[in-house]
Amino acid sequence: MQDMFRFGTRLLVAATALLLVQTASAAQGSRSVIEGSKAYGLDSCVEPTPLMRKKHYAFLKHDRDITVHQGIRTVKHSLAGCVDCHAAKDDTGKYVPVTDEGQFCQSCHEYAGVELPCFSCHSATPTQATKAGD
Amino acid sequence: MSDKIDQKRREFVSVAGLAAAATVVAPGVFLQATAEAEPRSEAVTGKVRYGMLIDTNKCVDGCTDCVTACERENGLDLLKMPEGADPEEWDRQRPRWIRKVKVKDRLTGKVTTLPMMCQHCEFPPCQDVCPTGASFRRADGIVMVDRHICIGCRYCMMACPYKARSFIHEDIDEKLTVAPRGKGCVESCNLCVHRRDNGETTTACQEACKEGAILFGDLNDPNSEISQALRQQNNTELRADLKLNTGVRYRGI
Amino acid sequence: MKKIHYREWGIESPRYWGILAILGVLLAVGGLAALYMEHNGHWVTGMNNQIVWGVPHVFAIFLIVAASGALNIAAFSSVFGKEIHKSLGRLSAMLAMSLLVGGLLVLVLDLGQPTRLIVAMTTYNFKSIFAWNIFLYVGFLVIVAVYLFTMMERKANKYYPTAGLVAFVWRLILTTGTGSIFGFIVARQGYDAAIMAPMFIIMSFAYGMAIYLLMLMFTFKLEGRPLGEKLLGRLKNLLGIFAAAVFYFVLVYHLTNLYGTENHEYEAFILRDGGVYTALFWIGWILLGLLVPMGIVFHPALGKTHGGIIAASLLVVLGGFVAMYVIVIGGQSFPMAMFPDKVIIESGFYDGVNGQALHYVPSIWEFLLGLGGVAVALAATLVGVRVLKLLPMSLEDEIVDPRQG
Ligand code: HEC
Ligand code: HEC
Ligand code: HEC
Repeated sequence: MQDMFRFGTRLLVAATALLLVQTASAAQGSRSVIEGSKAYGLDSCVEPTPLMRKKHYAFLKHDRDITVHQGIRTVKHSLAGCVDCHAAKDDTGKYVPVTDEGQFCQSCHEYAGVELPCFSCHSATPTQATKAGD
Repeated sequence: MSDKIDQKRREFVSVAGLAAAATVVAPGVFLQATAEAEPRSEAVTGKVRYGMLIDTNKCVDGCTDCVTACERENGLDLLKMPEGADPEEWDRQRPRWIRKVKVKDRLTGKVTTLPMMCQHCEFPPCQDVCPTGASFRRADGIVMVDRHICIGCRYCMMACPYKARSFIHEDIDEKLTVAPRGKGCVESCNLCVHRRDNGETTTACQEACKEGAILFGDLNDPNSEISQALRQQNNTELRADLKLNTGVRYRGI
Repeated sequence: MKKIHYREWGIESPRYWGILAILGVLLAVGGLAALYMEHNGHWVTGMNNQIVWGVPHVFAIFLIVAASGALNIAAFSSVFGKEIHKSLGRLSAMLAMSLLVGGLLVLVLDLGQPTRLIVAMTTYNFKSIFAWNIFLYVGFLVIVAVYLFTMMERKANKYYPTAGLVAFVWRLILTTGTGSIFGFIVARQGYDAAIMAPMFIIMSFAYGMAIYLLMLMFTFKLEGRPLGEKLLGRLKNLLGIFAAAVFYFVLVYHLTNLYGTENHEYEAFILRDGGVYTALFWIGWILLGLLVPMGIVFHPALGKTHGGIIAASLLVVLGGFVAMYVIVIGGQSFPMAMFPDKVIIESGFYDGVNGQALHYVPSIWEFLLGLGGVAVALAATLVGVRVLKLLPMSLEDEIVDPRQG
């Protein structure tokens, strides 16, 4: 994690530099990751961003079965992992549910008109220090 | 009771709980370094079969430490009675993964107190009857519900000889990351599966039992403490007549 | 036997729509009740973690069992060559499909996750009798629809006996399947009995016949189509015989149970100490649901009156409903023998402390949902007879000569 973080920061710096040059790229210009989330400090998702945008549901579903039935917890696309990384902390340092208005998962789904059934069961905030992915 | 405090405590427990527990557990309970705990990276196999041995002679009448610990570990204590519900009705609808039961022998009058939970059968009736296959037995012997395909028909609850399962009767506001839960699905003790998959060696109930009445371990490993204990002394399978070969065994009944 | 003409049910429009409107209200109320339960979760019902199947299941199972029974009237004609029944076949098939749809709807709407029905249709566990039942139900609808078609379409007439045979065999399997849902539950004393499946078949004969008789008399009377007394007499006699058969099976079931010591407590519960379940068993099921209707149909005078036949049919239906209540809910209410040689004296989860019956008080929502299912079944049948040529113009005795049968 540490390494990844450092690597990420470095990449971020590089990317920002790149951004300054490549002003044309609107998609990168307005990052949708939320300030205050771990993801905000990172450069990339568990898969390349365009792939994530398109296929995250398929990834989740695939890895869900692996986790639940085979017990493998080191999968890349864990729902707990998404929440852990994408949930933002507010000013008081408390996690904001990813399903709240304007939050990472919610804002995009609202735009896309997708109802997520997942968070009726799954916690929309990290409730414990998740070890997975570290 | 404040939820915030509860939440704090929960986080504290999760970090410090294991270390603390390790210092208070009764002698004889085998606690290994939890530090080496690592998430599972390979599929579970039948080489391991998790099970429990419960020594009812050590189980204390009136003590519900295992129940409390289970409910905290698995977020069952976060459930709130729906507004407008009748407390008595609700208590019958509220889910339990483990409960204390006190029985009296018809012949001898001997009174025994013991914890009851899913018995993790080798041939689970709940699995047989489940129309979608949501009720299943993981390769390592844990009987559980895949709540992504559970349709909430409750046939498994009809079929379970131990009344081990609960249906979620309401929307759940607060839940733990390790224990998702929602209205309309069935659930039951899964031997703290999130701990299993993180390489930890105990269950919440075992950890909580000050008397060391609950022994958890690998039934397939002849050298495990539970296997040795099972070999040394008699043990009973509940409803042995059904030949389900349960993974949870009792001593002293 | 003369040629029989079939025609759509022709009562005046206002009456027809009036009847449908009443059913429509029932249906809407049932739908709202289902929505209410689904939205809030099952805590608004009387069901709990001990009594996990409640009144919706009583309705659903009753309707499903009655559905396969209603098909018998048609099946008898093609399987046993009873010509007399042939003219009754179309309504029989229509009624069977409608009752099944009504029952299934109730069953589905009571699921914890009804929106996952697609999961139930695509992910199967072939060991589960429940999963098999899903096949059996869908198959039943298809087969009966084809069967109905072979009855109605002249060109397909030659396949009629074959379709009838298939339908008859299928319905036997279906009821066996429904009965086995209980028979397979080894954990519960009241259910773990092989006799459960054949008992359900006999019950289906009786309930199907009763509902059929009611429907036949209702549609014919309302429109003034002639209905022969001999034919009616035959059918009501069959009803009496089926009721007697159910009585016999109930007797055998409880006697064999009494034979095995392990079941004594369950028997004492249902037959003597079960409070409301004991009362329902003796008064609702045995007395009002079987003995009284038997008395009526075989009574030399009463059995010949239409009022008598209607009363007997209604009682058999009511008794059937009560029977399901005793089986489904009484069976769960009796504490499971988790510790056969011990008495549970304390429990943190209502395990039937000191052998006490487990608590269940049905909620109004459950009944409304169930009645909604009944309304669906009735409405579907009435729409069916209105738009399709299902009812014979006349069932006068000269037209359908019973002596031929
Ligand atoms: C280790 C942290 C981390 C985890 C775990 C993670 N993400 Fe991301 N995610 C990121 C970062 C960082 C970005 C932004 C990448 C960028 O700016 O291009 C991102 C971007 C995304 C995007 C694209 C957003 C956009 O810009 O349109 C989606 C969709 C997404 N994540 C979904 C998920 C899902 C679903 C999961 C769980 C399977 C997940 N993420 C897990 C860090 C993470
Ligand atoms: C009815 C409750 C319920 C719903 C709804 C639900 N889940 Fe789950 N999910 C669970 C449970 C219970 C587990 C098992 C948790 C465990 O053992 O860690 C789980 C585990 C998972 C896992 C593996 C653990 C993890 O965090 O990676 C994934 C992935 C997952 N679910 C994805 C989803 C997705 C995606 C949806 C929405 C489409 C969803 N779930 C909806 C109950 C639910
Ligand atoms: C870039 C926009 C975007 C972001 C950010 C995003 N999603 Fe999605 N998500 C979508 C779209 C679009 C769909 C529907 C299309 C599809 O099924 O692929 C979808 C569908 C889903 C589904 C399937 C829902 C269903 O039942 O059909 C799941 C599960 C899901 N997203 C989870 C997440 C989670 C968890 C996050 C936050 C970590 C997230 N998504 C963030 C765009 C997004």
